[in-house]
Amino acid sequence: MWGSRKLSSSGSRFLKVLRFGYLGTQSGCPRFTTSAVYSKNQIIWTLQIKPWIFHEYRIMWSKSYRITFACLNTMKSYRYLWTRPYSTFRTTVDSSEVKTFLALAHRWWDEQGVYAPLHSMNDLRVPFIRDNLLKTVANHQPGKPLSGMKILDVGCGGGLLTEPLGRLGASVIGIDPVDANIKTAQLHKSFDPVLDKRIEYRACSLEEIVEETTETFDAVIASEVVEHVIDLETFIQCCCQVLKPGGSLFITTINKTQLSYVLGIVFAEQIAGIVPKGTHTWDKFISPEKLESIMESNGLSVQTVVGMLYNPFSGYWHWIENTSLNYAAHAVKQEHLVPAEGETEELRVQASTNPSMHEELKK
Amino acid sequence: MAALLAVRRCGAARIAARKGPLVSCRRWAGAPADTVYDVVVSGGGLVGAAMACALGHDIHFHDKKILLLEAGPKKVLEKLPETYSNRVSSISPGSATLLSSFGAWDHICNMRYRAFRRMQVWDACSEALIMFDKDNLDDMGYIVENDVIMHALTKQLEALSDQVTVLYRSKAVSYTWPYMLPVADSSPWVHITLGDGSTLQTKLLIAADGHNSGVRQAAGIQNVSWNYDQSAVVATLHLSEATENDVAWQRFLPSGPIAMLPLSDTMSSLVWSTSHEHAAELVSMNEENFVDAINSAFWSDTNHTDFVDSASSMLHYAIAFLKPTKGSARQLPPSVARVDTKSRVLFPLGLGHAAEYVRPRLALIGDAAHRVHPLAGQGVNMGFGDISSLVYHLSTAAFNGKDLGSMSHLTGYETDRQRHNTALLAATDLLKRLYSTSATPLVLLRTWGLQVTNAVSPLKEQIMAFASR
Repeated sequence: MWGSRKLSSSGSRFLKVLRFGYLGTQSGCPRFTTSAVYSKNQIIWTLQIKPWIFHEYRIMWSKSYRITFACLNTMKSYRYLWTRPYSTFRTTVDSSEVKTFLALAHRWWDEQGVYAPLHSMNDLRVPFIRDNLLKTVANHQPGKPLSGMKILDVGCGGGLLTEPLGRLGASVIGIDPVDANIKTAQLHKSFDPVLDKRIEYRACSLEEIVEETTETFDAVIASEVVEHVIDLETFIQCCCQVLKPGGSLFITTINKTQLSYVLGIVFAEQIAGIVPKGTHTWDKFISPEKLESIMESNGLSVQTVVGMLYNPFSGYWHWIENTSLNYAAHAVKQEHLVPAEGETEELRVQASTNPSMHEELKK
Repeated sequence: MAALLAVRRCGAARIAARKGPLVSCRRWAGAPADTVYDVVVSGGGLVGAAMACALGHDIHFHDKKILLLEAGPKKVLEKLPETYSNRVSSISPGSATLLSSFGAWDHICNMRYRAFRRMQVWDACSEALIMFDKDNLDDMGYIVENDVIMHALTKQLEALSDQVTVLYRSKAVSYTWPYMLPVADSSPWVHITLGDGSTLQTKLLIAADGHNSGVRQAAGIQNVSWNYDQSAVVATLHLSEATENDVAWQRFLPSGPIAMLPLSDTMSSLVWSTSHEHAAELVSMNEENFVDAINSAFWSDTNHTDFVDSASSMLHYAIAFLKPTKGSARQLPPSVARVDTKSRVLFPLGLGHAAEYVRPRLALIGDAAHRVHPLAGQGVNMGFGDISSLVYHLSTAAFNGKDLGSMSHLTGYETDRQRHNTALLAATDLLKRLYSTSATPLVLLRTWGLQVTNAVSPLKEQIMAFASR
């Protein structure tokens, strides 16, 4: 009793800090100092009441059963804050805030914890990625179907999706701008000698990868990331640049609908109250149509867009036709068009517009 | 960091509180050099060896490291012995399918087995009987010596030596479980210390170490169990004359069920469950008296009462009137001529069921999870059923790149199997109790019950389908 009462007060303070930190980064310098002072207190809090963290942890754990749906949003909020400084905001990451998260970082790997929905989403997204990648190869090695493939996992967090792909034989690079996440991921894979070889984690942004290399990866994955990105156009452009021609881009995210507003923001933030108000910005959600148009304009041909539904009571995800809440998309980078001679090019253009011409070309 | 340490201490305290007698206090500070296996199967009996074979044969486990730990020596039959072993198992068609899925059934076919096509179960206290048979004369099951199954599995393990490592004469002496809650810098795997002091790690430990499972105790899993007031006497019998011998016979005596299972045209195997004193007597008496005891157990009508007989014949006429087409005639079991010397052995019977089949990174299969009375001939079949289910769930998990020790698919196995196993355990226990009495009302009830069940074909087919899985 004592522990939980203490905890709830410290917990709400903790959340306040988060929100404050968030507001601080958004509005710029003037607030930044206050935020830093607050965060300093935060460190003291962390050091002083060690066992409470454990209590809080257990409460979170049981809570995850009681309000599983809310947890989905908690998860999103944590992820949101972590991936928030993505690309443009990287330099403004509050280092003391990162320290606070370091204490929470081990939660990534608790299958029943706050990230339970992300763990169970693997049941959908891993087969989705695997099957779409396997379509491109004639035969695969039994036991490690994805061997020989290079995959980039953007915003890998604790490595929840990176490890399954590594187990399937792919060599994966996981990147995340938050050091704490990368440390957790690094430590977790280090216990598995096989994964240790196949996976590489780096605390960096996608832009840094683009600077180093182009056309390297057979697949780029941005799972539950694009709803936190500032400049989606640039982001997709970068993804496209590091993809090999014919390579696949996989994205899972939330749609921008009234339903996602009601469930994702009103319910989780206002009613259930476990997500700090203001963490989710509905404006940042992306509709599949908009995402498709951005991808198409960057030379990616969209193959599949399919809806996903989370059942908060069973804790499982299901594929559905309706994409009004969560959805997954798969796009393939178009092969380079071999620069042909002017004449054939002209013929081709005509052929595409004129069916009879097409017949002629065949002959 | 201090916070992390605090969490760790709490975790350690929790583990210590649940510590079983076999858990060591060893820390794994200097352990990273240990081999990390994907799956370790503890116990290389029929179920454990079959589990290792099935995993080694699975296509999605091609890249995984599998280890089988067996305390005993390697068991290969140099050549098939002339005499039949007294330890035999009734293998259901479902189990045979599992064994053939990884090639072990072919070895068994090349050695020795006997198919049975019918099963007659009847009561010693009345005329009631039930006859299970299949119209199309499919096999209802197979009687196979345990040594033959073990030989086939060992051969298959040899063939799978690239996939499965087998350590004979090695026994785990202690297990260290990972923390319930993931703690940043502690190993997430199960650590196993062997008798010779060597250590290894595994992502998933499968316990197939029998009804006194050391793993189950070390994990602190509750086990509901009781011993029956019965022991089973097994023996190899020679029949008076060669017959077709394709029927499994079982008669419920007030002291316990006696069963005769076909081995060949002239031989059968006996499983006689009876009181401890009577069992000891049966084992020690001379061979002639033993044979007489068996024959009278199958043939004697001394337990019949006129009242129950007339009541059962009334129902019999009523059924014959309602369903005049078919009344399967009572068949009589073959008479026994002699018993193989030194084939008489007795062992105590009991029932057990583990409250949980799975924990994070741990799964119980076979007798480690459930122990059953032999009257339904389901013991090893339940174990093989566990294997089919667990392999299915693990194979799917491997193809989805999941962590093999994760509860998310292990609970799927638990749900599947507990549903099946608890039903079977309850049914066998109920039958055992119902037939252990000669009180007239209960005898009448079970007589009518058996007669009705025998008359209602769909019900009978349901029972057969359930038992042959």
